[in-house]
Amino acid sequence: MKIGVVTFPGSLDDHDSQRAIRLAGGKAVSLWHADADLHGVDAVVLPGGFSYGDYLRAGAIARFAPVMDKLVPAAQGGLPVLGICNGFQVLCESHLLPGALIRNDHRKFICTDQRLRVENDSTAWTGDFESGQEILIALKNGEGGYVADEATLDALEGEGRVAFRYLGANPNGSYRDIAGITNERGNVVGLMPHPEHCVESGFGPSTDGLAFFTSVLHSLVDA
Amino acid sequence: MTDNIIQAPSTEGVDTVGRAAESPDVVQPWAQLGLKEEEYARIREILGRRPTSAELAMYSVMWSEHCSYKSSKVHLRRFGDLPAETPIGKQLAGIGENAGVVDIGQGWAVTFKIESHNHPSYIEPHQGAATGVGGIVRDIMAMGARPIAVMDPLRFGALDHPDTLRVLPGVVAGIGGYGNCLGLPNIGGEVVFDECYQGNPLVNALCVGALRHEDLHLAKATGVGNKVVLFGAKTGGDGIGGVSVLASETFDSAGPTKRPSVQVGDPFAEKVLIECCLDLYRAGVVEGIQDLGGAGLSCATSELASAGDGGMTIELDTVPLRDASLRPEEILMSESQERMMAVVAPDQLEEFLAITDRWDVEATVLGEVTDGTHLLISWHGETIVDVPPRSVAHDGPVYERPMQRPAYLDALQADSALGLTRPSTPAELREQLLQVLASPNICDKSWITDQYDRYVRGNTSLAMPDDAGVVRVDESTGLGVALSTDCNARFAQLDPYAGAQLALAEAYRNVATTGALPVAVSDCLNFGSPEDAGVMWQFSQAVDGIVDGCRAFGVPVTGGNVSFYNQTGATAIHPTPVLSVLGVLEDVARRTPSGWSTGGLYLFQLGATREEFDGSEWAGVVHDHLGGTPPRVDLAAERALADVLVQGARDGVLAAAHDLSQGGLAVALMEGVLRHGIGARISLSDNVFTDLFSESAARAVVAVAPEHADALASLCDEHGVEMSAIGVTAAEIDGLQIEGVDSMTLEELRRAHTDTLPAVFG
Amino acid sequence: MGHVVIDVMLKPEILDPQGQAVAGALPRLGFGDFTDVRQGKRFVLAVDGPVTDTVLAQAREAADTLLSNPVIEDVVSVHALESDA
Repeated sequence: MKIGVVTFPGSLDDHDSQRAIRLAGGKAVSLWHADADLHGVDAVVLPGGFSYGDYLRAGAIARFAPVMDKLVPAAQGGLPVLGICNGFQVLCESHLLPGALIRNDHRKFICTDQRLRVENDSTAWTGDFESGQEILIALKNGEGGYVADEATLDALEGEGRVAFRYLGANPNGSYRDIAGITNERGNVVGLMPHPEHCVESGFGPSTDGLAFFTSVLHSLVDA
Repeated sequence: MTDNIIQAPSTEGVDTVGRAAESPDVVQPWAQLGLKEEEYARIREILGRRPTSAELAMYSVMWSEHCSYKSSKVHLRRFGDLPAETPIGKQLAGIGENAGVVDIGQGWAVTFKIESHNHPSYIEPHQGAATGVGGIVRDIMAMGARPIAVMDPLRFGALDHPDTLRVLPGVVAGIGGYGNCLGLPNIGGEVVFDECYQGNPLVNALCVGALRHEDLHLAKATGVGNKVVLFGAKTGGDGIGGVSVLASETFDSAGPTKRPSVQVGDPFAEKVLIECCLDLYRAGVVEGIQDLGGAGLSCATSELASAGDGGMTIELDTVPLRDASLRPEEILMSESQERMMAVVAPDQLEEFLAITDRWDVEATVLGEVTDGTHLLISWHGETIVDVPPRSVAHDGPVYERPMQRPAYLDALQADSALGLTRPSTPAELREQLLQVLASPNICDKSWITDQYDRYVRGNTSLAMPDDAGVVRVDESTGLGVALSTDCNARFAQLDPYAGAQLALAEAYRNVATTGALPVAVSDCLNFGSPEDAGVMWQFSQAVDGIVDGCRAFGVPVTGGNVSFYNQTGATAIHPTPVLSVLGVLEDVARRTPSGWSTGGLYLFQLGATREEFDGSEWAGVVHDHLGGTPPRVDLAAERALADVLVQGARDGVLAAAHDLSQGGLAVALMEGVLRHGIGARISLSDNVFTDLFSESAARAVVAVAPEHADALASLCDEHGVEMSAIGVTAAEIDGLQIEGVDSMTLEELRRAHTDTLPAVFG
Repeated sequence: MGHVVIDVMLKPEILDPQGQAVAGALPRLGFGDFTDVRQGKRFVLAVDGPVTDTVLAQAREAADTLLSNPVIEDVVSVHALESDA
């Protein structure tokens, strides 16, 4: 199974996402932002980082990259896509996911080992978890506050589309402690924390992140 | 909106070499540029005429203390007496290059360096600190390496001083904002508060990079006909400051606006530049490379030329500008960030430019390497610089500054802490333990360190608050490095020779506690004014201490940085020689963490405790006292302890190891309990106070599983290291129980440890 | 040489941590009359020549597609810079 990892100028965790895919047993394929071609991959990860420096709004410029012209319709057609941190911001800017990410409420960048609750274990990226399971995932962001209007938030809750919630103190002011969400179909998932930093014993706070990548491989086999 | 209007550059009023030769009597602002009269005379002598204003700009900045090391050179040469060998291999590049490079085995090399950005960070904390990170990272890139981690030793005035409140948040946000965006994990450093740094905060930055042996790039311009290419950001008016005096000098009309002294960093541009450089190296299209930092193009052109075949021509008017009103002198001096200079063979230029295009990095051919002996710089066809490049870059003045042991030292050293009132009851001991734990220098620093990304790249094995940062270099084998930076300037103030050795010993020990074999040293020597004989004596003593210490440890000093003039009026900072030690781990999976994570382990202290409280944290926090002489330095004991720690990690004997330094055993035990919330029961000698608060060197506390205790004992026996059983870890114990001290719950410890910084910074 | 100025503000219902920080600091500095602060962004786009209706229309489109995120922000104004006139 081939999973593409997009590199935008300023992407940082593309390297880590590729490693996570390999450790989960998949084949990682590097996708270049300026290349309007998905090269036949079975799923895509939009990695963390500061694409284009995040100078305008996080993810705002990346969403207009040539590769996105191909990715957006593919995602709408069911291609599994995981957006991590900056990737989540790109998915929101692309309107593949509702809402937006704004500056942390305490106005500082935060890097911490964050407890999360898995709220939805039926997406393409969460099948190897159990709903209600607690996991520990590295979190690192400056613009990680998830916001949306009340109607959108109510709809997300009502449709079970909140995929992950922060446990303990809310690290960034996200509305309703939302750490990650999914689209209606369950193939597109975005979250602020970084599962790709939690795939190897001895590196990062846990190995709980590996299940994201094994999940998508299993979902592709079952599909 | 007038400031956006582009003015056409002009040659009118430009000071050319021809004009300089014809007008020897023109009065030049050498003093305003920081040159001494005899230095100016020497420039005239070198050139056989008066310098042009562009030449004067180059000499003045390249001969400054910051670039030429004119006051420290005679002392730094002593580092060169050390063998260029590490315990495991060769030094591949040393002092004089952008950064030292050491062999770490398996065909891998590591380059690391520490630099200061002190004064700019005081003026503009955020940008000063950010560009400090940017500059050191480019130094590492210029060696052909991929930067893999950064560290930041920081020193501020007293925690409750208003200036600290102004400087610290900006510095931390600047380091985080720049480093995080570059994708470099921040794996350690220090944060120290002391009133001696009021008005003179120290912002030091370390970067480490990894490369294969064959990828080493040295900064030299060789190969006649090779192109000199400037690439990266456009050149603007950053960091020019005082040089605008020159530009106005040559203007008949009103001079240009005063340029800012502050440089502004663009971390995104630097991230792209890193990837672009690595692609260029991979493609093999770079003959020589140099970063642009202090003194910008002046430095890059003269250093590249003087390290190469000697000749170079540059057309300065081809430099891409962010501000078209810049005069040639200002372009030469601009410290705009995120720029590099490469020497490229003509037949590889096309490929070079294709790679820079792919990354959207602007690249411009400025000139070429020639078979001449001079660096020639022209401006719209007129020659404005014609100099022997060595005279600019390397043959600056060298001063043997007067040195004098400070008169106050005798009285200071006589004022020992041994006479201070000690706590005498279990309740008093407990109270002072918590007081020390909550003190600014011991308290939890996560308010600061949580603003740094420690995980990016996925190779971080240990980071703050562990004793040393550990990163993996090679995923296939687990080969990695450990790094620590240390300096207890209170000790250095009491005795700079011993203080420098204690700083070196502590960094060495911290690296060893992770199980890494210490192999090399880089230093950042922060001192007061070299024009003060007392400061110069402190500096020379510290250098001697480092040289003698390195010789005893068998490690070379591979590079570093000197920062003078850290003083306000007649008051200098404490001598602060920050030492960074690099260690090698053949497999980072075997590294030893600092904190114990399970109960049922035996705790041992390694090394001997003496009655040593002078300069200690206890004396400073409880009695506001600094006096006496620092703890005894025993380099043989340090080496023996390191051998036990390195071998213990390799044999899988140690569950945790934590060095004893500031705050002694007291702080090590409290931090050990706090790390994973696992309690401990401790029993010490009859002299509990000394056992807890003494700061004797060459000590560590280790946690071992019961079945490994014998193995540890025979290791200690083999190396002659004293080992004493001090207690056990126990999950069922809430906090810390020490015989003879009222116990402390985990919650009490946590509150004391974590409340201090948030109470001040929010 | 003309300039178009575009102002973008966070929607009123979206949390504005930067504005809140400023609002908190004002009274400490003795500016006690201000009850709330919202912080926004200003873009200045330069064109060769005058700011025509076509230029303004283009600027509005850029403001809606790239310079603002309609989920959280409003474009509150797109106008020619008056000092150019």
